[in-house]
Amino acid sequence: MKEYDVAADAVETIPITTSGDVVKARQAVRTLAQRTGLSLVNQTKLVTAASELGRNTLMYGGGGRARIAVVTQGGRTGVWARFEDEGPGIPDLDLALTDGWTSGSGMGLGLSGARRLVDDFELESAPGKGTTVSVVKWAR
Amino acid sequence: MTQGEGSAELLDLMESRRDEFVQGWVRSVSGTLRGRLSAAEVAQELGEIYNALLGALKQGGLAGRGDHFSEVRSLLIELSRNRARQGFTPTETALCVFSLKQVLEEALVASPDGARSYLQLARLLDDLGLFTVEEHAKTREEIISSQAEQLLELSTPVVKLWDGILGVPLVGTLDSARTQVVMEKLLQGLLDSNSTHAIIDITGVPAVDTQVAQHLLKTVVAARMMGAQCIISGIRPQIAQTIVALGIEFGDIATKATLAAALHDALAEIDEASSLRKEGLL
Repeated sequence: MKEYDVAADAVETIPITTSGDVVKARQAVRTLAQRTGLSLVNQTKLVTAASELGRNTLMYGGGGRARIAVVTQGGRTGVWARFEDEGPGIPDLDLALTDGWTSGSGMGLGLSGARRLVDDFELESAPGKGTTVSVVKWAR
Repeated sequence: MTQGEGSAELLDLMESRRDEFVQGWVRSVSGTLRGRLSAAEVAQELGEIYNALLGALKQGGLAGRGDHFSEVRSLLIELSRNRARQGFTPTETALCVFSLKQVLEEALVASPDGARSYLQLARLLDDLGLFTVEEHAKTREEIISSQAEQLLELSTPVVKLWDGILGVPLVGTLDSARTQVVMEKLLQGLLDSNSTHAIIDITGVPAVDTQVAQHLLKTVVAARMMGAQCIISGIRPQIAQTIVALGIEFGDIATKATLAAALHDALAEIDEASSLRKEGLL
């Protein structure tokens, strides 16, 4: 989060250990998105991305946490969210970002779809090192 | 724990001045209730508990979790459950028990061996007070989980919109448990009402992610296997754009922006079928 400035609020951390927590994280993202003045479409896109990433953290990462904040960069404001876990990690990032590929029973669109739903997307993962996904959606 | 000197003295005191202590206890508890329970109810409740406590102490031992305290505990369970249902806080519930300490304090302070008796009693009442808090929490948890179940049922109605058309208005988050309920109700509803069309309305679903979409698609496929046509309605502009960006394919499943449009389509299809029937073609 070095290239962004945290505005107004401090970073909010939400532990993700149950599917109820995924909903909680999603609601927190929605609240921030509304407060930041994201359009309804962008709110929905960001919330949906948060839902996908939060569920990945829970299902594939074995639980972790979501960190969300309002950020600014060069005069624009946006909502930043990071999902981190200490799970098994992703051995092949390109494969994981391929539409329709899944290591579980989902549609295989969560990670790749989330990337299309947000403006900035950063995926860090290595086998045995856990996974961290950071996303930003900017208000226009 | 064996019955020591202290508890014998305590027992004598509690027995000989029973009425006085119970009255004091009732007065002290009533003060915290702010009129939510009548004094007569409280007096009866606490009187019973006091008698049970006395009985248990006579049988010996100050171990609140022992067998001889089972009557006290069952009375306390009842008290905790009632308090939890009436919306009392755990503190208020525990104070019911703890306030007996205050009442006995004055009497015990005056007696020569009072301090020891008081400490023994305090330990017992602390234990029983914690017990009521545990029971209070347990009851609240039961209430919450039963409400969650009720909500699950409530939030997934299957309604008949027209002869042969069922509607399923979905509100809130679609997880696996709810989808299961929706699917079961819809499929049974199709069979019971002999319907040929089902409209699943997602106007009240705030976000459609891959999990929700997958659940929806499975429900539609299951309905189709039973020979029913499914339409998904309530696709708002932001939902449509999100679904496209996610890359979810709805294939040949009919989707509409509004429930009205979906109903219109379903009626048109039914009308077509009935006109064919009139012409003797079916």
